[in-house]
Amino acid sequence: MTAQTTAAPQGREEIVRTINVVKEYRMGDQTLQALKGVSVTIYRGEYISIMGPSGSGKSTLFNAIGGLDKPSSGKVFIDEVDVAQLDALELAWLRCRKIGYIFQTFNLIPVMTALENVALPMIFGGMLEADARDKAKAILERVELGHRIDNKPSQLSGGQQQRVAIARAFANDPAIILADEPTGNLDLNTGKAIIGLLKEMNRERGVTVISATHDLKMLDISDRIFWIRDGAVEKIQRRDEVTIDAGQMH
Amino acid sequence: MNLPVKAVGQVQRQVQLPLSKAVEIALKSMRVRLGRSILTLITIVMAMAFLTQVWLSNRFGPVIRTALLAKAHLAVHEPVADNGRLVWLISLSLLVCLVGISNAMLMSVMERFREIGTMKCLGALDSFILKLFLLESIFLGVAGTVCGIVLGVALAAAMMVVRYSTAAWSLIPWGGVPWVCLAALGIGTAITAAAAMYPAWKAARMEPIAAMRVEV
Ligand SMILES: Nc1ncnc2c1ncn2[C@@H]1O[C@H](COP(=O)(O)OP(=O)(O)OP(=O)(O)O)[C@@H](O)[C@H]1O
Ligand SMILES: [Mg+2]
Repeated sequence: MTAQTTAAPQGREEIVRTINVVKEYRMGDQTLQALKGVSVTIYRGEYISIMGPSGSGKSTLFNAIGGLDKPSSGKVFIDEVDVAQLDALELAWLRCRKIGYIFQTFNLIPVMTALENVALPMIFGGMLEADARDKAKAILERVELGHRIDNKPSQLSGGQQQRVAIARAFANDPAIILADEPTGNLDLNTGKAIIGLLKEMNRERGVTVISATHDLKMLDISDRIFWIRDGAVEKIQRRDEVTIDAGQMH
Repeated sequence: MNLPVKAVGQVQRQVQLPLSKAVEIALKSMRVRLGRSILTLITIVMAMAFLTQVWLSNRFGPVIRTALLAKAHLAVHEPVADNGRLVWLISLSLLVCLVGISNAMLMSVMERFREIGTMKCLGALDSFILKLFLLESIFLGVAGTVCGIVLGVALAAAMMVVRYSTAAWSLIPWGGVPWVCLAALGIGTAITAAAAMYPAWKAARMEPIAAMRVEV
């Protein structure tokens, strides 16, 4: 807890807070504790990386923050709202408007063009088709894909697909972007470009970015890094406290 | 546009999308996947063609026979129709059709876990996913049924000609045909809708977290 308070920026608006989040998986008569009581606070506009070895619980924490999975105990607050108190319609609204998701596997809808993919969350949010298309076009231009808006995902490279996914995540001007291993399926340079783009969008739109990752390239641009080990937060560092040491990952 | 009303803190309720949106996405999805649906489509076409053909033959046969007898005082050989067996066969073919569609839809739902999970992450409601999959199979069912009916009518007419010579052609009582076709269309649509119920419900209940699953 002390590491947290010293590392946290002062006097800023809270966007995510987890209190003692525990996640247990039952497998037969055994119980596996994937999260063993995680309490973290994230502030508006921060770029957070959740780092740790494979199986340490990054994705589990990430899913709890994103309202995708209910913790076994503990609480998750997004913008001061207790996620566990929300009904199905409110959760859907939260996922649609407050949070933008970026996936390791890109997850574009294969039957839709880039433009239609980016417009989809706006349409789910109740925006008129024409307005959604205009806005989708503008965001796609922002991620430098203005010339590929009518292509299907299968006609795009991995990096381009992830750009479309980023555009889609930003479609409804969310407060939080959640990215689980956004560079996991990309080569080094494409990964760098994607990280750079995420950082630029984070700065220019003031969006909070939370990313679970193995990717050490993320360290350079993160405001804070949460190091997770065996389901617990081992330490929280500000960027200037990080000494890049690949040994930490293994 | 209907605005969400109730707000908890800063959270509002997601809006319900109009049916036309589900129709649009279902059609898009079907167009692209038509190749894969062709087998299901063939099952429906065959079953509905069989149903229509048997039904119409049973109506045409007696009318044509009576007409031929009255005209030429010919003794027309009438094959013994075994209606019980036919009804049994038709029921069986419809059942096979139902199970086939259901199975194909279920596989399609399981294959598309990531797409469904992603849509939920983007704010799709359960009811929307339900509509999407129901509509997809109903469209498929209607398309297959219409083809089956056309085929069935042609087969029934051809059968009359084969059975009672070409003179039978002009004697076919077309009057009742539209009603039989309409009824067959209803049956075909009902069967596909029933077959899609469980898979669509499965899809609707899928958790958004399915979007994260990496393995297939
Ligand atoms: N659905 C599940 N059922 C059972 N155990 C699970 C499930 N999901 C995760 N776990 C377990 O919980 C632990 C944490 O998993 P998690 O996916 O959060 O790790 P991670 O840090 O994201 O790893 P990676 O870097 O490999 O993605 C692991 O031991 C994993 O086996
Ligand atoms: Mg993971």
